[in-house]
Amino acid sequence: MAALELLWLVPALPLAGALVNGSMSLFGRRASRGAVSVVGIGVLAAAFALAVAIVLELSRAHPGETLVFRYWSWIPVGQLQVDFALQLDALSALMMLIVTGVSTLIHIYSAGYMHDDPGYARYFAELNLFVFFMLTLVLGASFPVMFVGWEGVGLCSYLLIGFWYNEKINADAGLKAFIVNRIGDFGFLVAMFLIFQHTGSLAFGDVFARAATAFTPGDRAITAITLFLFLGCTGKSAQIPLYVWLPDAMQGPTPVSALIHAATMVTAGVYLVARCGVLYALSPVGSLVVAGVGVVTALFAATIGLKQWDIKKVLAYSTISQLGYMFLGVGSGAYVAGMFHLTTHAFFKALLFLGSGSVIHAMHGAYHATHSHEDAQDMRNMGGLAKHLPWTCGLMWVATLAIAGVPPFSGFFSKDAILAAAFARGSSEPVWYLFWGIGLLAALCTAFYMTRLMLYTFHGPNRTGERERAHLHEAPWVMTGPLLILGVLSAAGGGLVLRLGSWLEPVTRAAHALAPEHELARHTEWTLIGIAVVVALAGIAAAWRLLDPARLVPARQSPAERGLGRVLWRKYYVDEIYQAVIVRPIVWFSREVLWHVIDEDLIDGIGVNGVARLSRAVGWIGSRLQNGELGFYVMLFVVGVVLVLGAAVR
Amino acid sequence: MPATLVVFWVFAGAAIASALLCITRRNTVASALWLVVTLFDIAALFVMLDAQFIAVLQILVYAGAIMVLFLFVIMLLNLGPGTASDVKGPVGFAIATVLAAALGIQLLALLRAGPPAAAGDLARAGQSEGMIAAVARPLFTVYLVPFEITGLLLLAAIVGAVVLAKRQL
Amino acid sequence: MLLEPSLIVSAVLFTLGVAGVLIRRNAIVIFMCVELMLNAVNLTFVALAQTLGVGGQIFVLIVMAVAAAEAAVGLAIILAIFRHRETVNLQHLNLLKG
Repeated sequence: MAALELLWLVPALPLAGALVNGSMSLFGRRASRGAVSVVGIGVLAAAFALAVAIVLELSRAHPGETLVFRYWSWIPVGQLQVDFALQLDALSALMMLIVTGVSTLIHIYSAGYMHDDPGYARYFAELNLFVFFMLTLVLGASFPVMFVGWEGVGLCSYLLIGFWYNEKINADAGLKAFIVNRIGDFGFLVAMFLIFQHTGSLAFGDVFARAATAFTPGDRAITAITLFLFLGCTGKSAQIPLYVWLPDAMQGPTPVSALIHAATMVTAGVYLVARCGVLYALSPVGSLVVAGVGVVTALFAATIGLKQWDIKKVLAYSTISQLGYMFLGVGSGAYVAGMFHLTTHAFFKALLFLGSGSVIHAMHGAYHATHSHEDAQDMRNMGGLAKHLPWTCGLMWVATLAIAGVPPFSGFFSKDAILAAAFARGSSEPVWYLFWGIGLLAALCTAFYMTRLMLYTFHGPNRTGERERAHLHEAPWVMTGPLLILGVLSAAGGGLVLRLGSWLEPVTRAAHALAPEHELARHTEWTLIGIAVVVALAGIAAAWRLLDPARLVPARQSPAERGLGRVLWRKYYVDEIYQAVIVRPIVWFSREVLWHVIDEDLIDGIGVNGVARLSRAVGWIGSRLQNGELGFYVMLFVVGVVLVLGAAVR
Repeated sequence: MPATLVVFWVFAGAAIASALLCITRRNTVASALWLVVTLFDIAALFVMLDAQFIAVLQILVYAGAIMVLFLFVIMLLNLGPGTASDVKGPVGFAIATVLAAALGIQLLALLRAGPPAAAGDLARAGQSEGMIAAVARPLFTVYLVPFEITGLLLLAAIVGAVVLAKRQL
Repeated sequence: MLLEPSLIVSAVLFTLGVAGVLIRRNAIVIFMCVELMLNAVNLTFVALAQTLGVGGQIFVLIVMAVAAAEAAVGLAIILAIFRHRETVNLQHLNLLKG
């Protein structure tokens, strides 16, 4: 059938949409809003439909195979032969479905959320462009093609975070995201160079086939590669130490936060590790680092989330924390568990963000109507919104239960799979027990802060203000509709656990051949499940009992935090530390040394001006030779004669 | 040391001494006169070198005509006994000495490398028919063209000198 | 027998002539030093003519003729310059700038 041949069309459709909307944004008349919506959403829906058709055909006609479609020879340089090629196997198919599916829902949502924004066409253009790059990332058949997508999503993230660029804080946030990501990209690049050096190729098929022979397990080369790749992941997927851009990225529109910084772009790192499972299986140290950093980040971010007041910041730190879980999963060799959590997280985190978007939309509308300048995103200004936004509240509760890991919601299955995999490895290396413990603690915090969020936002007395209350209303159906779909997926997505293992088995087979999975005894597994559920419920209950929304006051009148709370609220002062230790020295160095000394004094002064001055000096000397005095000329004659005779005498 | 060599060095020494005096005297006329002395000494050397005809020509033409011309011009210009600025200062003097010495050393090195092997002996040729005939015969046969051209050169020089020295053309 | 001493003397005289040209500033005296140089060369020719043939002496003849012509024209030029600039001091004749 023809569907597989049209794989290139899946990324091409959003690209076309981006180009069309981009050109329309240059004309910027409100009348074209409908056209922008149709194009922007239409291409995504078509891409999703096509993706479904392709995956169906893949499972029917080529089950378990890896298909590579080469389109043109991109970099043919000696030994390095890189084609622009797309690869379709179980893993990339899964990612493709998630990306196109969730993107379509968020595009529909955006049509409502961004309806009154003057940059409507630009928004959809950039969002479509993002989806194109993300699809290139997940469908790429080689590291360079994937890197194109990697960089491209970074670019679109920058564009969309700083979408309202007229305010400096938004532009700064975009810059921060881009610059921090560059550090990670450096790691990716170095890893690519090392991979090419050792295996002679950059295509996934070749690299993973040759990996077992090109590397000795556990030696420096493969460890270096895995660690450098992971550096890229810490940047793109916001882990320690490069996570600092993600909370700032909340300056962008909320659907952007949902799509890019929850469901798709930040999961690129997890996808990378899963894709390179063979490499990580060959390097126990690399896998350990991935899992360790992941789980520590999970706990770290969860604790910060406990004390944030901005609803989007809570969700941002929650994302960082959940990404840590995913890395724990793929780092422990449980690629299925990690990808499963990626999938379920896409559902419930997108739902949470979009729901918060509806809340913010309502709050903005209320404040706009009363010309108030309060912070529409601060939970201390909310409260009791369940009455005004019932659908949003109910759906967000579904997502909260999912993220906390309460059965039978999807998050329970995925999170439990990860924790079980970590515990299983503890039998060979005890440090994994520690990881399991940290993961459990993070789960407790997750349940706590999510319940806190729901409590302060939707329950208790309303703190928005007398006059604003009348203007609070539910979001239009164009926004709540996608929420519904995501809610269903968050609730029922756990069913995937039955199929995902066998679906991904062809991809994970090679890695598991090199580093076999550990099996848990049945009863151990049930015990762990029980513990996890207890922890989740305990977290929810603790939040419900300990936190009293009635004691909150609106943000403007709230007292400042003190003590440990202040440290958590200030996110452990990490940004300030980075600023003092890294940023300021670099800025000083750039200004004083690179600019003043090297650029101005050396290059300008000596190089450019110096050469000019040298020319003038030489010319001046030359001009002094012609002073019109005959005696001087005669002397030069004689000098010349002496020199010529000197050559002759020799 | 044979007598000829002694005589030779007497005249050579005199030539060198008077050349030295020529270039160092501040008075222009003195310089000219010392040059005349040098020319006479060189003429003597010519005689010793079997170039009697040339020696006489040296005295008649060089010392007798050319130097007289110099003296006439010095007289016409009425320059006076010579000022301090006629000779360069100590810096110029030093540079000149160095350069001249360098040149001298190189020339000596070149000339001492030795002339090519003897092809003939002029003295014997001069014995048979006299030096004047020995010089004149090739001059009017083999070297006739340069001889005639030299005549034209002298004509051009005369015309040029007259034109240049006129007050009004 | 007299060849080598003659050549030495000729070299010395030539050097003295060059030194004179470099030391003096009076145009006429410089001219005289040039004549000195020519004489040194004449001496060389004559010395070498002893062994190399009478062509050397003929050349000396022609050199003398040329020297005479040159002296005439050169002194005429100096006279012309003196008429314009009232000086034959080379320091004051510095119009030959590029």
